[in-house]
Amino acid sequence: MAVLLSALDQILSLTHLVYLVGGVLVGLVVGIIPGLGGIAGMSLLLPFLYGMEPSVGLGMLMGLVAVIPTGDTFTSVLMGIPGSSSSQATVMDGFPLAKKGQAARALSAAFLCSMIGGVVGAIVLSVFILVARPVVLAFSSAELFMLTLLGLSVVAALSGGNLFKGLAACGFGLLIGSVGSAPATGEFRFTLGIDYLYDGIPLVVVGLGIFALPEIISLLVQNKAIASTPNKLGHGLKQGFKDVFANLPLVGKSSVFGSLIGAIPGLGGSVVDWMTYSFAMNGSKDTSQFGKGDIRGVIAPESANNACASGSMIPTLLFGIPGSGSAAVFLGGMLLLGLQPGVSMITTNLDLTYTIIWSLALANILGAIFCIAFTRPISLLTYVKFSILAPIILTLILFAAYQATRSLGDFMVLGVIATIGVMMKGANWPRPAFLIGFVLSSGAENYFFQSIQFYGSSWFLRPGVIALAALIVLGFVLPPMLKKRRAAKASTQPKTGLEPDEPSVKTVSATDWVLLAVLGASGLYALVDVWNMSTLTKAFPIISIAIVLFSVAMLIVKFIREKHQRVASNLRTDLVYIVGFFMIAYGYYTLGFVTTTFVFSFLFLRYLAKATYLKSSTIAVCLVIFLVVLGRIMNIEYPEGYFDPYFFDVVNRLF
Amino acid sequence: MKKILNLVCASALSISCVLALPAQAKEADVPSTINWTVPFGVGGGTDVWARFIAPYLTKYIPSNPTVVIRNQPGGGSITGANLFYKRAKDDGSTMLATSASTLFPYMLGDKRVRYNFDKWVPLMASPTGGVVYVQPGLGVKSAADIDKLDGMTLPFGSQGPTRLELPVLIAFEMLGLDVKPVFGMKSRGAGRLAFERGEAKIDFQTTSAYLNSVVDLVNNDKAIPLFSLGVMNKEGKVVRDPAFPDLPTFQEVYAQKFGKQPSGIEYSAYSKFFAAGFAFQKMIFIPSDTPTNVINEYRNAVQTMLKDPKFIEDAAVQVGPYQSIVGIDAAQHIQEALTVSPELYTWISGWLKKKFDYTL
Repeated sequence: MAVLLSALDQILSLTHLVYLVGGVLVGLVVGIIPGLGGIAGMSLLLPFLYGMEPSVGLGMLMGLVAVIPTGDTFTSVLMGIPGSSSSQATVMDGFPLAKKGQAARALSAAFLCSMIGGVVGAIVLSVFILVARPVVLAFSSAELFMLTLLGLSVVAALSGGNLFKGLAACGFGLLIGSVGSAPATGEFRFTLGIDYLYDGIPLVVVGLGIFALPEIISLLVQNKAIASTPNKLGHGLKQGFKDVFANLPLVGKSSVFGSLIGAIPGLGGSVVDWMTYSFAMNGSKDTSQFGKGDIRGVIAPESANNACASGSMIPTLLFGIPGSGSAAVFLGGMLLLGLQPGVSMITTNLDLTYTIIWSLALANILGAIFCIAFTRPISLLTYVKFSILAPIILTLILFAAYQATRSLGDFMVLGVIATIGVMMKGANWPRPAFLIGFVLSSGAENYFFQSIQFYGSSWFLRPGVIALAALIVLGFVLPPMLKKRRAAKASTQPKTGLEPDEPSVKTVSATDWVLLAVLGASGLYALVDVWNMSTLTKAFPIISIAIVLFSVAMLIVKFIREKHQRVASNLRTDLVYIVGFFMIAYGYYTLGFVTTTFVFSFLFLRYLAKATYLKSSTIAVCLVIFLVVLGRIMNIEYPEGYFDPYFFDVVNRLF
Repeated sequence: MKKILNLVCASALSISCVLALPAQAKEADVPSTINWTVPFGVGGGTDVWARFIAPYLTKYIPSNPTVVIRNQPGGGSITGANLFYKRAKDDGSTMLATSASTLFPYMLGDKRVRYNFDKWVPLMASPTGGVVYVQPGLGVKSAADIDKLDGMTLPFGSQGPTRLELPVLIAFEMLGLDVKPVFGMKSRGAGRLAFERGEAKIDFQTTSAYLNSVVDLVNNDKAIPLFSLGVMNKEGKVVRDPAFPDLPTFQEVYAQKFGKQPSGIEYSAYSKFFAAGFAFQKMIFIPSDTPTNVINEYRNAVQTMLKDPKFIEDAAVQVGPYQSIVGIDAAQHIQEALTVSPELYTWISGWLKKKFDYTL
């Protein structure tokens, strides 16, 4: 206890606070800019780190790590761009809320939840870290496999009315996730001989392709402001706080769950938001608004992701095994400060651990306050005509995607995934199911083979495995089924008038058929490709392929047998935009990223958005300044292309 | 206080979007900025090593150039090295950090490798060592009891057949141990966690990781160290690791078990990959077309750095108490170490296929 308080005393010193606030500010900025996240922020701070007083340096790093899941909410809610992997679920309901003109409400709720989640995470951390060692060690590869299944079972809740669409999307996600080297053998699969694919497809690119681009395309097609129904802004901010207090149990549950999942190394923060999202769905009586702007869909993941960032400090500090990407960089920072993770962090260095925890709590509070202060002005963006925002958002997306590996492949894969995303959106397939499959693919495969190899077939008798299996059935599989039954019962009774009746109409469109063809063909191609490889290399992809082909077959049967209402498909318009995207992306790469940003934004604004010359050129110039400054500070190299070298030559001479 | 100011500036800059530029100091040959490509992500082993060395380079290169670390991760360092091979400038303004995972794919003829070491010269090479240890419950107290492991299946958490563990896997084979590698560990640290959970019966860690995380286990009777990989001395002979003077080397254990020195093609393969993976674990390369006087200036700087007591003290914590190699010696050793003869290649690819069903 004395250590706890002396650590508090220490972080309240001026030096410490200044660095902490510095870390928080950098963290917010890199959090807000999509694609950057913790790793970029860390690399910004690392040069200062070597030789710094450890407790101060740790405070600064912690300030940064803690607030990234806070800052990234801005783009998730306002533009539908998942700022980082931990806020993908926020997009599901946050963006629809922004479309309803309730951006301020969604944001303020999100920030308050982030704050509560972060503080709860810090409290859990401060107690749990003392006893966590055996608990973390109890999670062997077998239990980790069960946790990935737990994650996958969320698909059941997220599939909406159509389980087979969910299964097909999830299976396809699993298959896409297995591109690259097979964990059990090291052999490469589905690389098509392209270097880019050897490392597998980066999550950032998949997230942007499946969520952000399809949204942008559909907004461009409509060309209105993001917020189509006007709403009083002032009303929103307070409403957001009220929503949080009305849902405190959900906040608490999500926070604790988030910090515990974060504490287990190997699963990572990228599924915890979806898991808590499905908590929120399972716990609510009326789920019809989820995905269309239910505030609970924002509250749950936002409480969880900050808590998860706290929780991931446990394996980082105790075992030197980072629980997430930014925790990995935090670990690098610790090493540069001359600190070794391990048991010493709860014995001789306990004071430092408490400094970290206090900094964590403080940073979460500060971060949320900063963000709330900016919420109102930034929310106004949603009232701007979308075609004005489009070039800015597109540049941001390309910038974010390019941060994944910094090669042309990022753009190309983004386009391919976006094509799938556009079709899934058009035909109402559950995109989260695809994403969850993708995220959990490598974990599921890896931990499955590891547990078989370590324990033989007796692994499923381990108590942890049985407990988790029970949890999956009770927590995730049963509730949606029960709910369905209840709903079925309810629908036989006369309608109350409150229940929306859209799910009862079954629809099918040309897009559905195209998607089925794409999935079926990819599945068959993958099967042929992997057939002659060694057993351990092909086993998992074959399971994924089986899921895809089975669901595709079931869907075809359903579409043919059952009566479906044919609906028009605007696939053709969407595809025109996709082709346009490919051309623009290719231009950004070959002509020069910065130059093309200027030319494209200017032309787009002037001739398509019909903005004035002054407005168009101001926005284009601002974008260029943004990119150049960011490139300087973060050491980012853009695709140079033909023209950028000349441009940078001039810039370098001037400054 | 200066640091605070720096930090405040950095955050202010990133907020207010004002151009930040390092002060430009003009010097005759040496460029004012050195771009150091690190083909790994931020926070990884090689990145931390480079960031630890960078300020010393700035200090000891006479014109005090700014050293900027550019992380270019991908393909386990192949992507970054390929790009460096294609684009590096030869005016002294670019250099490259490499690790075992840059050298192994090159030696094993990975299709993706498009770099070649002829166009580069090494500035320095930092060695590391490693220790093999087992679970306490196996009835083994030290390497002297190694015969007791015969006939026991020992699961071992490994990253993959062609990763840093490759020479260690060959060593296990030579010692006649029935080691069953479980591949797919995300890092050596994940392998250690599997050992701590009791899933893996045998494990291996490099020096710094061993000192930081395994020594505690050994002190609490949760792990028994068997042998170290040793270090290569100036004559290219393997001797006991100065970090672990009480542990026998692999060669000693082999001699004790079989009554003869290790030899044969297996041992050549072991030695080759041991040298590349451990003796030259972390290296700095610079394009060989860089003007000779610049290269010499850099080499001198590295020499002086290696004598700095503060550096020696910090380096012992960061990588272990090892002597880095600089200059002509390094260049010769490295060329030799990276050349894989056709018959050795045939052996290693056959062995990987037979043992792990892995096709090179």
